[in-house]
Amino acid sequence: MATTTTKLKRSSSLQSIKSQKAILNTNTNFFHFLSDELIFIVLDFLTPNPIDRKSFSLVCKSFYSLESKHRRTLTPLRSEHLPTILTRYPSVTRVDLTLCPRITDASLITISNACKSNLQSIDLSRSKNFSGAGLQSLALNCKNMVEIDLSNATELRDSGAAALAEAKNLERLWLGRCKMITDMGVGCIAVGCRKMKLISLKWCLGVGDLGIELLALKCKDLQSLDLSYLPITEKCLPSIFKLPHLEDLVLEGCFGIDDDSLAALKHGCKSLKKLDISSCQNISHNGLASLTSDGVLEQLVLSHGSPVTLALADSLKKLPMLQSIKLDGCSITYAGLQAIGNWCVSLRELSLSKCPGVTDEGLSSLLTKHKDLRKLDITCCRMITYTSIDRITLSCTALTSLRMESCTLVPREAFVLIGQRCRFLEEIDITDNEVDDEGLKSISRCSELSSLKLGICLNITDEGVAQVGMCCSKLVELDLYRCTGISDSGISAIARGCPGLKMINIAYCKDITDSSLISLSKCSSLNTVESRGCPLITSLGLAAIAVGCKQLVKLDIKKCINIDDAGMIPLAHFSQNLRQINLSYTSVTDVGLLSLASISCLQSLTILHLKGLTASGLAAALLACGGLTKVKLQATFKSLLPQALFEHLEARGCLFLWRDKFFRAELDPQCWKLQLEDNIL
Amino acid sequence: MDHKDKVCADPWAKDLRNKACSDRLPFANFGSHQHQNKWEDPSILDYGMRIEPSFQKLSQPSEDQTSLPCNSNNEKTIADGEDVQMNDILHASKIQDWDPRTMLTNLSFLEQKIHQLQDLVHLIVGRRGQVQGRPDELVAQQQQLITADLTSIIAQLISTAGTEAPVKLQINSGSKLSEQPNQTDLITNYGTEQSYNIEEHESKDEEDADDGENLPPGTYEILQLEKEEILAPHTHFCAICGKGFKRDANLRMHMRGHGDEYKTPAALAKPNKESSSEPTLIKRYSCPYAGCKRNKDHKKFQPLKTILCVKNHYKRTHCDKSYTCSRCNTKKFSVIADLKTHEKHCGKDKWLCSCGTTFSRKDKLFGHIALFQGHTPAIPMDETKTTVGPSEHGEGSEAPNRVGSINFNFGSIVPSGSGLVQNIMDVKESVDDPTSYFSPLNFDTCNFDGFHEFPRPPFEDSESSFSFLMPGSCNYTQKTGGESNSKKVE
Repeated sequence: MATTTTKLKRSSSLQSIKSQKAILNTNTNFFHFLSDELIFIVLDFLTPNPIDRKSFSLVCKSFYSLESKHRRTLTPLRSEHLPTILTRYPSVTRVDLTLCPRITDASLITISNACKSNLQSIDLSRSKNFSGAGLQSLALNCKNMVEIDLSNATELRDSGAAALAEAKNLERLWLGRCKMITDMGVGCIAVGCRKMKLISLKWCLGVGDLGIELLALKCKDLQSLDLSYLPITEKCLPSIFKLPHLEDLVLEGCFGIDDDSLAALKHGCKSLKKLDISSCQNISHNGLASLTSDGVLEQLVLSHGSPVTLALADSLKKLPMLQSIKLDGCSITYAGLQAIGNWCVSLRELSLSKCPGVTDEGLSSLLTKHKDLRKLDITCCRMITYTSIDRITLSCTALTSLRMESCTLVPREAFVLIGQRCRFLEEIDITDNEVDDEGLKSISRCSELSSLKLGICLNITDEGVAQVGMCCSKLVELDLYRCTGISDSGISAIARGCPGLKMINIAYCKDITDSSLISLSKCSSLNTVESRGCPLITSLGLAAIAVGCKQLVKLDIKKCINIDDAGMIPLAHFSQNLRQINLSYTSVTDVGLLSLASISCLQSLTILHLKGLTASGLAAALLACGGLTKVKLQATFKSLLPQALFEHLEARGCLFLWRDKFFRAELDPQCWKLQLEDNIL
Repeated sequence: MDHKDKVCADPWAKDLRNKACSDRLPFANFGSHQHQNKWEDPSILDYGMRIEPSFQKLSQPSEDQTSLPCNSNNEKTIADGEDVQMNDILHASKIQDWDPRTMLTNLSFLEQKIHQLQDLVHLIVGRRGQVQGRPDELVAQQQQLITADLTSIIAQLISTAGTEAPVKLQINSGSKLSEQPNQTDLITNYGTEQSYNIEEHESKDEEDADDGENLPPGTYEILQLEKEEILAPHTHFCAICGKGFKRDANLRMHMRGHGDEYKTPAALAKPNKESSSEPTLIKRYSCPYAGCKRNKDHKKFQPLKTILCVKNHYKRTHCDKSYTCSRCNTKKFSVIADLKTHEKHCGKDKWLCSCGTTFSRKDKLFGHIALFQGHTPAIPMDETKTTVGPSEHGEGSEAPNRVGSINFNFGSIVPSGSGLVQNIMDVKESVDDPTSYFSPLNFDTCNFDGFHEFPRPPFEDSESSFSFLMPGSCNYTQKTGGESNSKKVE
């Protein structure tokens, strides 16, 4: 930000000196000679970082007003400030209320009266306490409303849905988990919002065939329809398949849909590109045979469905445009895999996560044909060995994503092949594998790598990780969960080599000390730090992170027993974006907790087994943190604090999770893994 | 057949002539008074069992007096009444012991009395021409006088019939007088003349179902019961004691108690059984309500198929809805069976459309919404539903109810002639004054710009106001009182 501003100053002063010399006097603000449009263009480039916009607006009065005029999206922290911020930002088109747990009808009326027809989009997915009256005000006043997210409005009734129906220009609507809404409400929306393009009714258990049928009948522009877990049957499918523009249809977990229901597909839905019928137990190859060859289906999700047999694979072979298929959790036969390998199309994406029955033989026969594969998920395919990895790396050299968590029979040598042959990998998940430093060194050749998950890889050390840090400069996400061989040198290599790192997990890497955190504080983009169970970390390291990583959103320092109040104070001061923190088992007391209250967007707080925490300190902290939505607490506090306090906090939108767990001593890592394997077997 | 037609046509013609008279002279009092009499004396309703000297004998004088409408009617009632009973008892068994002499004495006594009464009425008519200026008191007195006489005649007739009925049957069966003259026409016409001012009342009942048969006029026989008969709880009356029965079979069982002659198997058998073998003329029924499409004088007369149809039609269309649903306290019915049908579903019609139509099934509602542009499911406002519903409904339904009840009073319990005149005035008022239909509240609740607002809570009568607003799209109005209301509005 600073550089931008100075550049701006320089260029503007140059210009003004040239052209406006005559009028100049010493008190003139040079920026007056820049047109608003020019400054708006500059501001457009600041969009990704909210803090930069804030500092821009604080430069001077004219910048303040310019920034106010320019801003299109608002993400308010407190609903009580809505009237003032809405007058400050007159051209807002989108209001994101995900940080305001309590939005009353009054707030919605305020928004609708302030924004009027400017408002196009509103997100209420994390808010409660509003009803149909507020929505009606929105629908009536904001005529240009295009997008409303009402997911999780579990209290919303049909009257609310009927109010929504007044938003005639609505195109996208999310109603996930609105369990009180019935066919009547959906019917109102169907009749009222004729321009609807996308609607998600996931988990709206009150909605059935009649509502959906009417929706499909009245909203002919529908492109995307999510009907997951609805109690619908074949009755409504024919009208859905008649929708002329439908591209994306999700029928996940619709148990009422069977083979006969899909027969209607034969006669319609030529526009369908993505079909999700995962967890539909009653659909077999007979139903899938209804997918005809003249469609444009690109993506098919059959996860957790009927077994992938020869018949099923054959029933899909005539799909000419298929690019992606997900078979997660389906039991699979060799013949089925082989038949998929014989399809004429070349798949781009294949997911076989947790498919029992995936063998070296089957996978190899499948992969010989699908050489264009970009994404492969073979998570928990526990039977595959070196042969499979050899085959994968030989035939699918263009792979960008390989997920193979817990492929326990794959030996450490196999991982060398990955780095040697698949240079374009961007995402690798080899959690819980036998990979060692040699494999890691080979993987580090994938210079495009952005996400690397190495959790529970007990064979890797600083040497391999340092190599990754040196070569993979684009790394964004690194998971070293329970990689006990890692220490400060590996982490500092990463911090040096990967300036764009956003997420790091060093939980239970017990040798990590403050110096790791101090080196990580150079990664200014870091937003998620998980360092559970690192007993050597102290408040000093945490302070360094707080100062260096202003973007920090999520911090987990559970069981970092040496972190105390001294770490909380810099955190409270610098990490103004922190939303989620876990302080369990640390040495933080009332003072530290109370200081966190200055972090205005703090939403989630987990504070179990804090020895220094008293009831009154907790009460003060809870009251001071105005934006809390979720607090995990020791059950003993329930009786120690007045009930009225909890009622008050709950009314503010805070949810309490009471835990009554005994203190558990940490296990030795090897011992922990043995126990884990015992559980699996 | 020709012969029958002739016999049938004769009273017809007479009837029409009388009608024409009364049209010119809407003199209501007498006719309605007659009604009152009939109503009060249940025995008079028992036309089936009355004995009567002969058809010609009594109808002759009435023929002469067609120029004197009131009187002739009076006579005719009695005369016609007899004919019916002939038919009813046509197939009764042979007579066991019959004393023609007693019979003759009785009849000549009756004849004498009727002639006396006839003279009296003549006198009154003559006088009336002179004293046209001061009507009410004198009219009332005359009425009372004639009523008293008539009552005694009727009572005697019945007692005669009690003993003589079987005899008469024998006579009649010989002459094959099977047609039922329209004995009640005149009276009912008179009664309804008074309500002429009420606008033509067309309504779609389920009786329309039989319209398809399209019998050419003349191929069937038209019968018209009078209102009292239609509305009487019992249709079969004992000629001896006057006890009423719902079923003829029960009456026949009852008759056994009046003497051994009723105990024969033939007397207990179904009276119609024999006639079924020979070709009988098709019978159709006419509604006594003048101006009704089911009334035989209507230009597009559509007859009713059975007596039950007549009863239901008359009650539904021209009567007060006196049965209120105990569940919703809003829906009213004039036929108790309708109430029972409604009560089965009452409260279950929870699926409603913004147009006000309710459905007992959700899929029917959604089918309706899919069909019509702009219609949307109406979400019942749980809180307001109960409070708003009845009050608004009350306004809407009051007007038609009032009219209905007045019509009803017409034919039945009218205390006196003068009272009746007032009643007529009331009717006129309520018909002429449109505000009684359109209470201001009714307008307020209407939604004038389409369906933009939330529909009102569900109540049945809203349909009428809605259909008024958009006549094109509301062809699905239910056949309730609301409909007739909306018709009148137009």
